[in-house]
Amino acid sequence: MSSSATTAAFDESALVARAKAGDAAAFSELVEHYDRRVFRMAKQITQNDDDAEDVLQEAFLKAYTHLDDFQGNSKFYTWIVRIAVNEALMKLRKRRADRSVPLDEPIDTGEDEVAREIAVWDDNPEDVYSREELTEILDEAVQSLKPAYRTVFVLRDIEELSIEETAEALGLSISAVKSRLLRARLQLREKLTRQFKRKGDDAFAYL
Amino acid sequence: MLTCKQFLRDLNDYLDETLDPATREELQRHVNECPNCWVVCNTTEKTLQVFKGFEPQPVPKDIQTRLMAALEKKMQEEGPCCKKKHLKE
Repeated sequence: MSSSATTAAFDESALVARAKAGDAAAFSELVEHYDRRVFRMAKQITQNDDDAEDVLQEAFLKAYTHLDDFQGNSKFYTWIVRIAVNEALMKLRKRRADRSVPLDEPIDTGEDEVAREIAVWDDNPEDVYSREELTEILDEAVQSLKPAYRTVFVLRDIEELSIEETAEALGLSISAVKSRLLRARLQLREKLTRQFKRKGDDAFAYL
Repeated sequence: MLTCKQFLRDLNDYLDETLDPATREELQRHVNECPNCWVVCNTTEKTLQVFKGFEPQPVPKDIQTRLMAALEKKMQEEGPCCKKKHLKE
């Protein structure tokens, strides 16, 4: 079953229909198709392997139990991400509770976004770094974001949910998602530009 | 002419192509004339691209084995999915 799970012929709605009709193998195929993305997202939000594993299990088990409620108005993937993100946020809140830092802490809404690194990039990072190196660089950059920005960026720009879906999954307004996303993108741009900029380009930074 | 601050504020909508044609054109004009904003725009776009092309690694084998075992247990306990309980879609 894993072969069809990795090909373009993967038919999500047919699998959901079969799973709903009681075909356990079809549900397992959905799990195998999406587990790596759910796990990555859980890890990026919780920043912890054990929590991410819990989130992965809880999300798919919950989806199995509640599959009947999935009406197909959204993609199954969006639905499972939403379940998983709720589980991940609960973990995060639980861990942060000791320090009583709420996840939705007021964030600096100053509009004066600044761009300090003004330098073009040296080639494509994919051509310069090994997969492992690049994974490490990108992971580290995402992890350096505050949770409020990180969650929005992970859902919108890594998991490719729409602004609306991201807002719904996180219980935020559209405008909050947009402003957090802008900050997240600009902060990541700064970090990655520091890493990837063309050598000797600093003279170009005249801001 | 837009200020750089205004340009940055609309950068996301510019990159996501969700602006009306007139506003988009105004931003386009700014980015063509302002080297700094051009660089910021270009490197933000590249930042997004590098993340988009970033395929997830497979779930570690032991974690996947435990997931499938937990799922199998659940399936046996509950029988075929789709009964009971309601979770809002």
